[in-house]
Order: sequence, then structure tokens, then C-alpha cells
Amino acid sequence: MRPILAALFPALLASPAVADWQAVLDAARGQTVYWNAWGGDPRTNAFIEWAGERTEELHGVSIEHVKLSDTGEAVARVLAEKAAGRTEGGGIDLIWINGPNFLAMKEQELLHGPFVEDLPNARYLDLSPGSAVTTDFTVPTDGLSSPWRLARFVYAYDTARVAEPPFTTAGFVDWAEANPGRLTHPVPANFMGATFLKQALIGLLPDPSVLQEPATDETFSEVTAPLWGWYDALRPNLWEEGRTFPENESLQQQMLNDGVVDFAMYFDPAAPAAAIAQGLLPETVRVLVPDGGTIGNVSFVAIPFNAANREGAMVVANFLLDPATQARMQDIEVLGSFSVLDPAKLSAEQAALFDALPSSPALPRIEDLGPTLLEPHPSWMTRIVEEWAIRYTE
Amino acid sequence: MRGDGRLLRALVLAAVLAGMIAPVALGLLETTRVAFGLLPAIGADRLSLAPWEMLAGLPGLGTSLRLTLVTGLGSTLLSLLVAAGACAALHARPRLAARLLAPFLAAPHAAIAIGLAFVIAPSGWIARALSPWATGWETPPGLTTVHDPWGLALILGLMVKEVPFLLLVMLAALNQIPVRAHLAAGRAMGYGRGLVWVKVILPQVWPLIRLPVFAVLAFGLSVVDMAVILGPSNPPTLAVTITRLAFAPDTALLLPAAAAALLLAGIAGAGIAIWCIAERLVATAGRFWLRRGGRGVSAEPGLRAAALILGLLAALGALSLAALALWSVAWRWSYPHALPERWSAATWARHGPEAASTALTTLGIASAATLAAVILAIAWLEGEDRARRGRARWAELLIYLPLLVPQVAFLYGLNVAFLGAGLSGSAAAVVWAHALFVFPYVMIALSDPWRRLDRRYPATAAALGAGPWRRLAAVKLPLLLQPILTAAAVGFAVSVAQYLPTLFIGAGRVATLTTEAVALSSGADRRIAGLYGLLQAALPWAIYTFAILIPLWLWRDRRGLRGGQPA
Repeated sequence: MRPILAALFPALLASPAVADWQAVLDAARGQTVYWNAWGGDPRTNAFIEWAGERTEELHGVSIEHVKLSDTGEAVARVLAEKAAGRTEGGGIDLIWINGPNFLAMKEQELLHGPFVEDLPNARYLDLSPGSAVTTDFTVPTDGLSSPWRLARFVYAYDTARVAEPPFTTAGFVDWAEANPGRLTHPVPANFMGATFLKQALIGLLPDPSVLQEPATDETFSEVTAPLWGWYDALRPNLWEEGRTFPENESLQQQMLNDGVVDFAMYFDPAAPAAAIAQGLLPETVRVLVPDGGTIGNVSFVAIPFNAANREGAMVVANFLLDPATQARMQDIEVLGSFSVLDPAKLSAEQAALFDALPSSPALPRIEDLGPTLLEPHPSWMTRIVEEWAIRYTE
Repeated sequence: MRGDGRLLRALVLAAVLAGMIAPVALGLLETTRVAFGLLPAIGADRLSLAPWEMLAGLPGLGTSLRLTLVTGLGSTLLSLLVAAGACAALHARPRLAARLLAPFLAAPHAAIAIGLAFVIAPSGWIARALSPWATGWETPPGLTTVHDPWGLALILGLMVKEVPFLLLVMLAALNQIPVRAHLAAGRAMGYGRGLVWVKVILPQVWPLIRLPVFAVLAFGLSVVDMAVILGPSNPPTLAVTITRLAFAPDTALLLPAAAAALLLAGIAGAGIAIWCIAERLVATAGRFWLRRGGRGVSAEPGLRAAALILGLLAALGALSLAALALWSVAWRWSYPHALPERWSAATWARHGPEAASTALTTLGIASAATLAAVILAIAWLEGEDRARRGRARWAELLIYLPLLVPQVAFLYGLNVAFLGAGLSGSAAAVVWAHALFVFPYVMIALSDPWRRLDRRYPATAAALGAGPWRRLAAVKLPLLLQPILTAAAVGFAVSVAQYLPTLFIGAGRVATLTTEAVALSSGADRRIAGLYGLLQAALPWAIYTFAILIPLWLWRDRRGLRGGQPA
């Protein structure tokens, strides 16, 4: 493979970037990368463990997965280190980060980089400005965070209990009225709960493109007015009359499994099929994609400005972009999250890795997922969460 | 010889001041600075009241405050009442009581909470056992049990843990009171057994258990792990709000977080003050009631009710722990099956090795913190012996201080201080932070048996020419081996249970069974949470068992040294 690459990209291999990469590899050898990543999904945890075994074998870089219950913990951590004047030797090397957390770190200059273009495997990415892998919730990543997995919002429901699920945002109100107490969503302070509200908002707006601009006081109250009207109609028929909510999507999955509610939500279309295989959901659960598609985004990893094992972190970020790694990630048996690579940039050999992946009856095909809706600018999420808290906290 | 004792005392005091009190004070100071707008890292460098305004503008703050007061004060008051009542029933058999209660005392809060949440949930074990044949619930009923807006589940969870603790503290205190003589005298004067208990014995016990009760109060007001698992979420208690704000993506929220932490410290202080005032009022009213000399009222039903509640709490605790064990070997266990439908060793096979390595870390941290605390405690008590005087009130307060200040109030600031010293995230820093909380409990467990050691043994040794160090090593420590090991087991359990100190000071790098169990409790897989919760409870149990067995084996041919107190 290496000779082929050399033949195809002689200039690339000779470029200083590649020579630098060897220096990064040398510096990284023996480092332990403290990867701070949400630890609520056992499959992701297992994947990170596997990644650590591989980078240890390939490059002598081991990964210590610091399991967060909320990514904000890592942001607060880096900030506390900055407060204490610790500009080197920081405790976090790599963070799985998205949206408002990324924006906060970028604005406070808490991130190392730009580093993405220095990664050899970045050549498989579509790095043109405004592409999905260079934009996090409409915010340009400026090379400060590297993509690693694709996320798509979907609902799941139990076909044994729900014959006709709602396919539109407005339809949820009617369904809940007919089935009071059987629908809920994670608290909006949680990422998934906020996404539920954003998905609803997009479904209610005739033209959601306004959400791509930062929210202002005027646009916010005007644009979100239909959302609150919709929610006011929905809330009395939510589980516990909308007075209390599950903390996150994992607990909501447990509620679906227990039969407490009839819907769960995920940022991973393969998750319900995987949960069934693990005995965590009844076999009758299926994915529901509303008409018009759902929100999708790319998950990123970023390196704090004071990371002690910066080179090791870059090696891990690069490993995550390897076509073989991405194909394994897309395997339903492993993670089932879709690849972030640009298919046009893969060799036939690499593309074959993806074609060979197994499928499953509970797993939706990519064409069933409909169009991918753009994430609104982070300011919308922040404001929606705040406004929801003001309106519905008693 | 006197000089030697003074040097020892000075050293111990210096160690306690520098190692235990200074971090608390430093942390509080740092938190206070942030609460008044001084956090240069986020560009806040001017003294201001803005953090308090931000706090006041927080949605649901009033409800949070009410919840905190109701759960904190309520759980303490109820625990105290139940413990006091049950104590009357159990005081005659203190050792039996200790053995029965030890498993609940040893089980960490998070393990109990995870199990209890499953036991009492509408889709939980109790509902499963009765459905649908008795209840008709084909799907789980729309009841609010866990996460209820009044915090009742949280109060219940706290009681499962605190009643056994208070009960054991009371039983220890009773050793200092001639209970049997008082009971006989009271009965002879025509008072019922229960009335003697309420009118004569409890008023004498109270001063001896006041500080432990305040520690329970401060803990109840600031508990985070149990409140996350059992308490309401929208809004949660103040302590959970603080943790959420401290970890929010918007770093400006660190300011109101610090203000809220300071507020919580104020609430704990006010709670203790209110309690002290109530104590005066009760004492005044009580004296009047005593002087009237009424013998007609029977307190027996109340005492019996308390014993019954204790039994119920113990049953709930036992069910909770059993649920953890069952989940860890279940493959699928869906509503309304009373037992798992499919069993499997897969959870242990898949997660056992990783859990074992986390258990080793936990063991190491807890052992180190306990060792340090026990050595310091022995040094302190020996210092008191050599000074030949009892403990001053200020000294008692000093020991208890880390338990009386809510953890969140000083941990954030302490973390910043540790970071500055380059200590944060190291196992050593975590051991230190744990020792802050382990030491007071070791002192609680060890002080009473230490004082009750028959002074004639060291006196005899002294007459035979043994110096103070030899008396300590050859006479006192062997005689006190059982209580020392018990105190160590208590300290070990306290360390294993620490959640916030591990989270804040460990920088997330130090994972213990508790931090993992709490993280997993918000995941979808009860089987893994069950495995970690079970291990978390099993580790302190193993240590308790060793604490009982080691003296039995070591002193197998020394009957007088076996089974507790030297005769």
C-alpha cells in the first residue's frame, strides 16, 4: 500500500508535513493519552478501549479513557487548570467535544491547534470551508477539532405497543393526547433533551435557515414562539405531566425497556439494534425517522492548550481517521456510527472495507434516514435550554 | 516524660491543623473569592455581587432551597427519631446490633441508592413482584416514586444509611451511662420502660451524639451522589445544582456555582444554629414535662414503631443490595418478571477484569487514607492519655470540622489550590482528600473504646518499668486491637464511599468503584451498574470481616482479648 501511495502522492510523502509527522510519532511513543469522553455508552467505551490497544501496538501510545458523565466536566477542568496558572502538563489530552462546549473552549482559547491538517489521515476528509467535518454546529472548527464519528438523531419505539407512531412534530401532540404519560424526553440541560427541542423547532418552522445565524433577542422570541406553543400543548400529556424528566437518553432507553414510556431517542441510528442484541431492549423496537429527516452532526475530538501528551493525542486523532478504523466504527456489531470520511477520497480497497460490513433487520439503511438537517448555531441551543428552564422549572 | 507527651501532642495538633483544617479553610477561602467575582481565568477580576445576582436569577432556585432544607433536615430528624427509638429496643444487645447494622454502615451511599432506585421504582422490583397478578398493572403504573418532586425517595435513601450510623453512635454513647441502674430506678418509681428511656436516658445521650448528628445534617444538606440517583431533577437539590453549574459548558456559571456553594455552607451553619435553639426549647419544655412527673403516658408504641421502621429500612437496604447482585448476573430482566428471565455470566466476563483493576485502585486509596488516619488517631488519643486529661470542646470541634462544612463548599476551591501546587489528579491528592473525611470517623469509632481501656493494665506495666512507648506498643495496642481494626474498617468504608472528593481532586483521572458506579447509574445498563455497585459494597464488607476475624485468629489462645472489649 505504501508504494501505491508514494506513486500517487509523491509530493505528499516528501512534504515537510510528513517529516514533521515522524517527529510527532517519535515524541508520542510511550505517552499515555488521557481521553476525556462521555462514558455513558458501553459500546463507545469498548471501542475506546480497543483503540487504545491498537495505538499501543502501532505507535506505543496508550489511551486512558476518563469517563465523563457530562463533557462540561472536562471544560471546567481545563478552565480550573488555567485559573491555577497551569499552562503546561495539563491533565487532559483529548476531549470528545461538540457544540456549545466546543464554542466555549474555542472562545476562551483553551484549545491547542490548528492541528487537523497536520494529521496524515486528514487527506481522506473533505476539508473545504463549510463542509460537515469543518463545521461544528455552524461554528468553523478552524482545525482546532478533528472529526471522528457521524451522529444522526433518531427516535426508537416499541412496535409491540405503538401501532402508529407520529411522523411529524405536530403529530406528537396528537399522539400524546391519545396516549397520555407514554412520551418523555431527557432534561433539556442534557444534550439529547436539547436536541429533541431543536428537532421540534426545525419541524415547526417553514424556513429553518434562520437558525444558521446566531440568535438575537428579537429573532429568538419570534422564531421560537411556535415551539413554546407546541410544547405547552404537549407537556400536560408527557410522562409525569412533564414535571420530571430522565437525566439522559440512556435512562430513557431503560424506561422504554421497562415499558414506562413508548419512545426513546438516540444520536446513533444503529444504537437500538445494538441494544436489542445486548438484551437491553425488547426485540420489537424499531427506529423512527420523522418526515423531512433529522438533525445530524459530526462528533469531534480536540486537544486542550496545556495537554501534557499533545503528540500522543494527535496520534490518536489520526488513528480515528484511518479508513480501517472508520470501517470498524461503522460496523453494527461495534458502534454502527457512520463514517466521517469523504467516500470520493478512498481507494477501491478502502471502500471495500465499508461494503463488506454486516447489516441487521433492526438497523435502518442509510436511505431510510432521509435528509440530514443542519445543527442550528450553538446560541440557539443555549437560549432554548435557558428559556425552557425559565418556563418549565417550578 | 511530660515533655515527651507535650511534643507528641504538638506534633499531632500540627498535623491535624496543616493536613485537615488548612485545606478546608483554604478551599472555603477560594470558593468565597469566586463567589464575589474573583476568578481571573475567565476574566472575572473585580469584586462584585454579580455572582449572587446570577444565582438569584436561576430558575427554580426557591424550589431547590426548599428541597435542600426538607431533605437535609427531614432525613436527619427522622433518622434521629428512628435511631433513638430503636436504640431502646436494641441497647441490651449492642454487639448483635452492631453485627446486624454493619453491612448497611459499610455499604456506600451510591450502592444503596442504585439498588433502592430499582427496588421502589414504578417499574421496579416491588412492583414487578406484585404485578400484574395482584395490582393489575400490565405496564408500570404512572406513579412517582424515584425522583419525586418532594424528595421523599432521597430522604428514604439517606435514612437507610444514617439510621444505622446514628444507632451505633448512640449504642457507643450508652456505654458511658449506667443505663441498667437508671431503668431499674425509673421502673421502681412507677415509670414505664419507654418513659424512662425518653425522660431519663435520652437527655443524657444527646450531648454525646450532638456532633455526629450535625455531621449527618451537613451531609444530608450537601449530598450529591444519592441526590442525583434518587432526588428530583427539575430542579434538583442545591448541592446537585452547584455540581451542574460547576460542570456547565458556560464557564461564567462557575461564579453562581461558588455563590451557591457558599450559600449551602451558610444553610448548614444556620441549620446547626436552628437545631441548637430548638435544643434549648425542647430542654426547657422537657424539664417542665419531667417535673410534672406524669407516669400515665406510654412511650412503648412509639419505641415499637421505631423498631419496626428500622426493620423496614433494613429490609429495603437488604433488597437494594440483593438487587445489585441479581442484576450483575442477569441477561434480560424485563417488567413484570419478579426474577431475571435469562441469567448470564457475560457481564462479569466482559467487565469483571476492568472492574477488578478499579477495585484495586479503590483498595489502594482507601488503605492509604485509612492507615494515615488511624496512625494520626492513635497519636492523638495517646497524646490525651499522656496529658492525663479529657478532650477540650475546641479539639472535638476541630476533629469534626471537615464533616460539618458541606463538601461542595470547599472542594471546588481546594481543587484550585491543589492545582496550583501541581498535586491535582494524583492519587496522593485523592488519598489526602479522603483522609479529611476518614479521620473524623476513625476518631468517632476509636475514642470511646480507647477511653474505656482499664487503666490498671498500663499502670501495672509502668510499675514493672515500661516506658510510655513500650506501654503503648506492648500493652495498649494489643489490648485495643479489635477496636482499632473496627475503626480502620469504618474509615475504609468512608473512603470507598467518597464521591465528590474523588471527582474534584482526582481530576477525573482517578476512577474508583464509586465514581464508576455513579457514572454507570445514569447509563442504560443496570447489569454493569449492579456489578460495580455490588463490588463497591463488597469491598468494605470484606474489610469489616477481616477486622472481626484477625483478632479472633491472632488471639485464638487469649480468651480475654477476643471478641471486643478487654474484660
